[in-house]
Amino acid sequence: MLGKLSWAAIPWDQPIPLLAASVVALAMLAVLGWVLARGYLPYLWREWITSVDHKRIGVMYILLALVMLFRGFIDAVMMRSQQVLAFHAPGYLPPEHYDQIFSAHGTIMIFFGAMPFVIGLMNFVVPLQLGVRDVAFPTLNSTSFWLTAAGALLVNVSLVIGEFARTGWLPYPPLSEITYSPGVGVDYYLWALEISGIGTLMTGINFVTTILKTRAHGMNYLRMPMFCWTALSSNLLIVAAFPVLAATLAMLLLDRYLGFHFFSNTGGGNMMMFVNLIWAWGHPEVYILVLPAFGVFSEVISTFSRKPLFGYRSMVAATLFICLVSFMVWLHHFFTMGAGADVNAAFGIATSIIAVGTGVKIYNWVFTMYGGRIRFRTPMLWSIGFIVTFVIGGMTGVLLAVPPADFQLHNSLFLVAHFHNVIIGGVLFGAFAGFIYWFPKAFGFSLDEASGKAAFWFSISGFYVTFVPLYIAGLLGMTRRLQHYDVAEWRPWMLVAAFGVLLTFGALVAQVVQIVVSIRRRAQLRDTTGDPWDGRSLEWATPSPPPAFNFAVLPDVADAEPYWRAKQRAIESQQLAAEPGYQPIEMPRNSPTGFITGFFATITGFALVWHIWWLVIAGLVAAYAVFVWFAWRDVAEYVIPVEEVARIDRARRQARAAWLAAHARESSG
Amino acid sequence: MPHKQQVSPVAGRRVRVGCCAGLTAGVTLAPSAAECSTSILQPAGPVAATERLVLLDALTIMLVIVVPTIIVALAFAWWFRESNRRARHLPEWAYSGQLELLVWSIPALVVFFLGGVIWLGSHSLDPARPLRAAGPQLEVQVVSLDWKWLFIYPSQGIASVNELVVPAGVPLHFTLTSASVMNAFFVPQLGSMIYVMHGMVTQLNLQADRAGEFYGESAQFSGDGFSDMHFVLRAVPAAAFTRWVEATRGGGPRLDRAAYGALAVQSRNPAPSTWRSIDPDLFQAIVTQQLPPGPGPETGRGSPAVHPRTRE
Repeated sequence: MLGKLSWAAIPWDQPIPLLAASVVALAMLAVLGWVLARGYLPYLWREWITSVDHKRIGVMYILLALVMLFRGFIDAVMMRSQQVLAFHAPGYLPPEHYDQIFSAHGTIMIFFGAMPFVIGLMNFVVPLQLGVRDVAFPTLNSTSFWLTAAGALLVNVSLVIGEFARTGWLPYPPLSEITYSPGVGVDYYLWALEISGIGTLMTGINFVTTILKTRAHGMNYLRMPMFCWTALSSNLLIVAAFPVLAATLAMLLLDRYLGFHFFSNTGGGNMMMFVNLIWAWGHPEVYILVLPAFGVFSEVISTFSRKPLFGYRSMVAATLFICLVSFMVWLHHFFTMGAGADVNAAFGIATSIIAVGTGVKIYNWVFTMYGGRIRFRTPMLWSIGFIVTFVIGGMTGVLLAVPPADFQLHNSLFLVAHFHNVIIGGVLFGAFAGFIYWFPKAFGFSLDEASGKAAFWFSISGFYVTFVPLYIAGLLGMTRRLQHYDVAEWRPWMLVAAFGVLLTFGALVAQVVQIVVSIRRRAQLRDTTGDPWDGRSLEWATPSPPPAFNFAVLPDVADAEPYWRAKQRAIESQQLAAEPGYQPIEMPRNSPTGFITGFFATITGFALVWHIWWLVIAGLVAAYAVFVWFAWRDVAEYVIPVEEVARIDRARRQARAAWLAAHARESSG
Repeated sequence: MPHKQQVSPVAGRRVRVGCCAGLTAGVTLAPSAAECSTSILQPAGPVAATERLVLLDALTIMLVIVVPTIIVALAFAWWFRESNRRARHLPEWAYSGQLELLVWSIPALVVFFLGGVIWLGSHSLDPARPLRAAGPQLEVQVVSLDWKWLFIYPSQGIASVNELVVPAGVPLHFTLTSASVMNAFFVPQLGSMIYVMHGMVTQLNLQADRAGEFYGESAQFSGDGFSDMHFVLRAVPAAAFTRWVEATRGGGPRLDRAAYGALAVQSRNPAPSTWRSIDPDLFQAIVTQQLPPGPGPETGRGSPAVHPRTRE
């Protein structure tokens, strides 16, 4: 009846996961109880859970990302502390547990921390910057989010019911085959990623369509903001790469569930094929994450230098160049697999060629600052920290792309330090810069600067104190994923790295303080104009937070910085453009389709992990029924009456007029 | 983990196994504690020495451009701060053809140099490339097991587990495979690592220039016992190697297929041991799957199918 599931699935004998799970369960119950007691549930259901508004979905993505970043950070604390204690000693985490922790850390940070963060930013920002009302397929967008959440839930359920994968974040066969990993851990991993991967793929399709087909009138490709270009490149990569991931994981599932021999030791399987395929997805994935971060930095550096982005066309070219070449370098992840010298050299050179595109970007950001009037607000600090940190990470990356160097540094802590250098210093710094930059747009008030800057300084110092020692340990021959070790040379660096984690914890505290303080002081931090940073692209033309329809009248774009030009015109002529003729606006209706699909996907995934076949069938039938029910709908949209549109936009114009008057007083006085 | 005291087959002295630092080795080996390191920057063989050179070359080429870039970025950010009214103000400046040419050509030039290093380095340091065209070399067959290393000396007809004794100054030719899951054979001070995979053979050429004990490890995660998959590579003078071979032939069990079957079962941190004689076709039998791949875990919470554990 319940397949492999029994009470023995719960680790009653292990206090750590049990305690962690009870704390999480209590916290979730407390939040749920609070929501119920205050009567927020109908509001949450109506306005958030069933929302198909790209801004709300973006916010929910980022909320998911923040929660998962916290979970991933806890894993990191456990790993670093284990390596402090496990010198000539077993430490406090046995291998069965430690192996799950580093596997979960990587999986969660990439798939449920970094990915939702950048997808959340793209969701929130791209339609606003394009001057449109929503993404191309709003309900699909909601479904994408809930499938991602379903995957995240499955990964976290594995903490207490059964186990998570113990194979690393990429489950190389034959270790991940049923012979060597007969437990449910790899199955949790595979089904969680299949489910959330489908969500991500749909996001990719959605955003490629949105950017290619639904821009504001007059916004040709070379007038798109840089963030939209990087979002386009990132989503093109998603569309090309995520099917490879889905197929690769499906083949491993067939091996494990139906005795196929794609990657197995026996029966003609070939594990090298898995390694090739997973990296054919895995390397583009790195750029899926970092390209939107590059877009954030382009927006932030330009805005806070009060200048247009330097070399816009060069930046577009470099972005597309990276997008293309990122598919041609996957083999550098396994130079040590014994390919010939010609193959290794070709992929090594291809990899270093990517650095040309990245180098061009770095110089263009630097020249964007040249001749500017730079304001060191929190997002700008993250951006400058990024330039310095990312250049170092890029350098160590190119070093690893030199095959003879990689022959000694592959899989070492040097490698671990390198990819944290680019993912923390690139993706995460970019995500935080974007979070702070667009926060006032989303919520109508800015974030507190003092605690935000403290978070930055703790983050960057925590990063260096943690990962410089890991670079050194890698040069000392220390390989990754060691549950214990006896080499005295490595020990001091593990101690320093642990201190770095402490600093990073300070950053986490500062981030929480930043949000709490800002919410309490939101009256003072209120953004009344919709343009808190003196921005340049169209999202700043809307009120903060923007209405559901974003723009009362869709903008007409004549150059690369339409909002900046409109603002300059208004300042010169001392008046706003004439009031447009308002029309009623049709917007997509909210739909629970995404949430219900996500619910049944979770049930189906869980049932597949535990071989509860009747529940698998029930879940699939129910999910299909939801799809049919949604397809059968008669009314897809609702109309916002013209009076409502006019009322909202007149309020915005009033605020802008007040700003204009204040600005005039300021410049004359 | 407890560092076990084991009997060294070389000199009969007691040697700490598993860790290079703090060794109290036999007279014939006599590495001082200061020499002993796991660092790839302290090479003890030609491969590691050349790889260090390539690493430092590539690093230097990149630092030439990376350091100025960082300085310029910080300098621009500081000089063009809002409060500095002496700084030039170019609020519309967003294009310069000459600068564009420069920003594309600087990284391209660097990559051009690096490309040369990569091409030459990949060929001269190809792990499968013999270190010398002719002359004597030691053949070693390496099999990774769950979770230990089996070293077979086909010419000498002996084998050892978790302890690799080789003559110093002689090229070593390794042919490697895995009995079960992937691992990577790696001796940091000697140079290149290489993956080992079931049903496949990879090749690696290394050499120890001087006598000493060198830390060896697996550099590819292979399951619960992975952290114990380290070994000692003991480079000894030629005469001492001959003595060691003689001593090994003198005692211990024979490694036949049955003994291999027992060895292939999962175990953590076994004591180093040697085998007096071997089945000469053993390595081929493992590679060609005449012998079945190593079994996986057999016990667990719930069952192995829920949360497998290895028997201690």
